[in-house]
Amino acid sequence: MTLSPTPPPPPATGPERRLPRKGRLRQREKIQLPEDAGPIVTRRLSKRYGDLVAVDNLDLDVRAGEIFGLLGQNGAGKTTTILMLLGLAEPTAGVARVVGFDPTRAPLEVKRRVGYLPDNVGFYDGMTGRENLRYTARLNGIRGREAETRIGDALEQVGMTGRADDKVDTYSRGMLQRLGIADALLKDPAVLILDEPTTAIDPIGVVEILDLLRGLVRDRGLAVLLSSHLLAQVQSVCDRVGIFAAGKLIGVGTVPELAEQFGEEAVRIEVGFEGIDARAYESTAQVLRAIEGVSEVRTPERAGEPFTVLALPRDATGTVREAILASAAAKGLRLNSIREVVPSLDDIYRRALHARGLAVTRGAAA
Amino acid sequence: MSAQTSAVSDAATSPSKPTLKALRPGWITIAAKEFADHLLSARLYVLLVVLGIAALIPLYFAAERIRSVAASASTTPAVFLFLFQLSPEGIPILRVDLWIGIAAPLLGVAFAFDAVNGERHEGTLPRLLSQPIHRDDVINGKFAAGLAIISTALAAVVLVITGVGLLRLGIVPAQSEIVRVVIWLMSTILYVAFWLAFGLLLSVVIRRAATSALVAFGTWLFVAVPFFGPFLISFISNVISPDDANARHLIGQILPSTLYSDISSVILNPTIQTTSREVTASQYLQAQSFFPDSALSVTQSLILIWPAIVVLFGLTVGCFALAYVRFMRQEVRA
Repeated sequence: MTLSPTPPPPPATGPERRLPRKGRLRQREKIQLPEDAGPIVTRRLSKRYGDLVAVDNLDLDVRAGEIFGLLGQNGAGKTTTILMLLGLAEPTAGVARVVGFDPTRAPLEVKRRVGYLPDNVGFYDGMTGRENLRYTARLNGIRGREAETRIGDALEQVGMTGRADDKVDTYSRGMLQRLGIADALLKDPAVLILDEPTTAIDPIGVVEILDLLRGLVRDRGLAVLLSSHLLAQVQSVCDRVGIFAAGKLIGVGTVPELAEQFGEEAVRIEVGFEGIDARAYESTAQVLRAIEGVSEVRTPERAGEPFTVLALPRDATGTVREAILASAAAKGLRLNSIREVVPSLDDIYRRALHARGLAVTRGAAA
Repeated sequence: MSAQTSAVSDAATSPSKPTLKALRPGWITIAAKEFADHLLSARLYVLLVVLGIAALIPLYFAAERIRSVAASASTTPAVFLFLFQLSPEGIPILRVDLWIGIAAPLLGVAFAFDAVNGERHEGTLPRLLSQPIHRDDVINGKFAAGLAIISTALAAVVLVITGVGLLRLGIVPAQSEIVRVVIWLMSTILYVAFWLAFGLLLSVVIRRAATSALVAFGTWLFVAVPFFGPFLISFISNVISPDDANARHLIGQILPSTLYSDISSVILNPTIQTTSREVTASQYLQAQSFFPDSALSVTQSLILIWPAIVVLFGLTVGCFALAYVRFMRQEVRA
């Protein structure tokens, strides 16, 4: 076998898993991993399918006791990354360490300690939820009374005790998702990897699942890596997020950090007035524009909506707000709300992509 | 919580030695679950009815037939074996051995055609593979479960026939007959195992269970059903080399159905001294020289069919190996 450019297999026949080549192994040895690595570390992790680069030199760190959100569109390489972390797909290059093991070489050790909720998790229809979990317990070498205790605990934790003895085909999508989390918790994992845990669930179900995750991290101190393309949902639950696009991690940090890195230069302040109609919009806007540090004022598009004020520079926000209060009082305008708008993750995501020269496309190839 | 965290950081900082917990191999757990599923599945009962017809044939038709042939039968030592070769007047296909030769492959195909793509479709495969098992445990376990259920079903049919012979007809099998029937049962299991491996291969290669079922049953129709078999043979041989009797012969000989029918007829009937296949001259002479009265001993019959058994075994292993390799190289997600 050589590394010379071979014609890539046609995409229709599906990607081929290749055996590691000598050159790659040698390359792997060279990469140094940090000494104080967390439960998930990757360095220059890459996966190519022929010409398509699914994951491109990924450096990822997930620390113990945090929820890390991997955000990206469909086809950004999130699932491929997760499969490599579990040893279910082989990296083309680079290294990964999950709970101290190389997933490619010691997949069993990794899978023994990592709970995984796959995208669109499925269970055996003809069995009850409890029976499905019992099967998983057996595959993990947990049997007898210990298995029953753990299954009971896991079901309790996800709030599925009441329906555990019903056939799985009577479950809703949200219940399947919760059963999936219980399934992943059975082995008492040190790391939980969740692939799109909130997709296809109603909003209330999403809140329940995110609360559940928070509770798990608090109670068990495990590290959670979750992937999602529903950015707004994830924003609330993640300690840190990584923005993933075209196989690259283009930004990592807490949401405020990312907002600073990729947010607008101006700070957005929403100002609402009481008893104001469309005729007074322009005069009110004049008042706001006159304030120092205000770069732009947008009038409401519909009645009852607030004005949007953009303030520059960022650190002038405080004085701008005070000035708005003062001038509103002076002009006899009845102010009923004033608040700074934290940029949504969606905005940050779009800007991050833009900053890296990547287009926002929907439904990109997997 | 603190214990948990420290355990995590321990594991993370020191790439500790793999903890070798005494685990039952994953394939046994998977096979046990699959076997339990098969036992409760509707398809098992449908197939048992189909195979049950085979067991009922002696019950309904044997009595008078046995009586009518009793004169000649009494001189041969193989009355018990005759139970497996009886057919009602005018319906030659309803012979136990022929009927099982046709119906048993269905057993193999039915328990394998959706083994892997079914898990894919249900979304259980990624979850299954993320448990601490090797990837091949899945396919090995499924094959083992299929073999177990096949063996159980076929052994049950043979036992029912034996029981009918003993209780209703009072036919007590001689020792050599028992040996022959056991060999026949084992080669039938081998034959069905081939179909099981074939079904497994289809379930790995074809993404939709419905498609793989169609392909599997289509193949069964043309390979295992005697009425269609010759068409297939002449078609393939005509495509490869037209009007070549040798090619036709060769293709006929590596078809699993031909192999099995050779094995079955020779092992169940001690008076059959040749198979349709070519044996080496020495084998032929060996088979000819050792028996004084036209009936072969078990060993001699076995010598005759040994090549067929080896080829059938090879085909089964080849099919399974192909399925195995394809499965190991496949992407986890669809």
